[in-house]
Amino acid sequence: MKSNFIVLTFFLMGCILGWAGLFPEDFDTHQMSVYVLYCLMFQVGISIGSDKKLKPMVKSIRFKMLLLPISTIVGTLIFSALVSLILTQWSLSDCLAVGSGFAYYSLSSILITELKEASLGVQVAAELGTIALLSNIIREMIALLGTPLLARFFGRFAPISAAGVNSMDVVLPAITRYTGAEMTTFAIFHGLLVDTSVPFFVTFFCSL
Amino acid sequence: MFKIIGILFSGVVVGYLFRNISLVGHIRKPLTLTIISMLFLLGISIGMNKMIVNNLSTLGWQAVILAVAGTAGSVLASWFCYKLFFKDDIGNEE
Repeated sequence: MKSNFIVLTFFLMGCILGWAGLFPEDFDTHQMSVYVLYCLMFQVGISIGSDKKLKPMVKSIRFKMLLLPISTIVGTLIFSALVSLILTQWSLSDCLAVGSGFAYYSLSSILITELKEASLGVQVAAELGTIALLSNIIREMIALLGTPLLARFFGRFAPISAAGVNSMDVVLPAITRYTGAEMTTFAIFHGLLVDTSVPFFVTFFCSL
Repeated sequence: MFKIIGILFSGVVVGYLFRNISLVGHIRKPLTLTIISMLFLLGISIGMNKMIVNNLSTLGWQAVILAVAGTAGSVLASWFCYKLFFKDDIGNEE
């Protein structure tokens, strides 16, 4: 929660500094972003590969547990696809790209801004990136604040699904508290899998 | 796209090979720094972008719709998943 706050503060500071006109008109954030993005992807890769939780988790899982992350992914994508019928200015793949952030707002917004540029142009790609950022932050907030209610009305898996990638870190304490300790394995396994899926799904939907 | 997935994969391989070096285990910290600088840059480009600043409320509402829909979809899917496949395994809540 604290690191989220720091990240958001820096984002807002950037917004304000950019808005205040401190940078020249032709200040090229794009070129810099691309290199930082490569750096980011490499680090995300290292964090997946070196994760110590990966092995014991893989051992304790039953094949059936895969059904939970699959439900999260399928449910999110179907409903995100339906949104493209309401938000007519965005295409199916745009909405799916935003949805497949699964609350990983930092990575998904950055990827979308960079990768959608080819098909949408700089301006519209930046708008969709902003939507991805806001939308995935909101999802994290829903999960964080709504866990007790979700657990009560939609079963013990609901808070885990709602949390998306955050089921293994930010929302985990709330999940364990309201759905029981035996849900921890589910939550971490779910988080790892969905987390790993984000770069693939987002890049895929951006390339359509 | 392939460049990015390729970089990601090489990271996974490097992370796995050097997973026992404790420095690698602390990747979350530099990762947070990179994310911070990335979002700082993203913030600057959004702030400089007059179209986005002027349309912030529209974009905000679209973000709310997408967030609620995505969350609702996943919650419903996992609810069915729980009822269909896990209810007898794990036992009932309450």
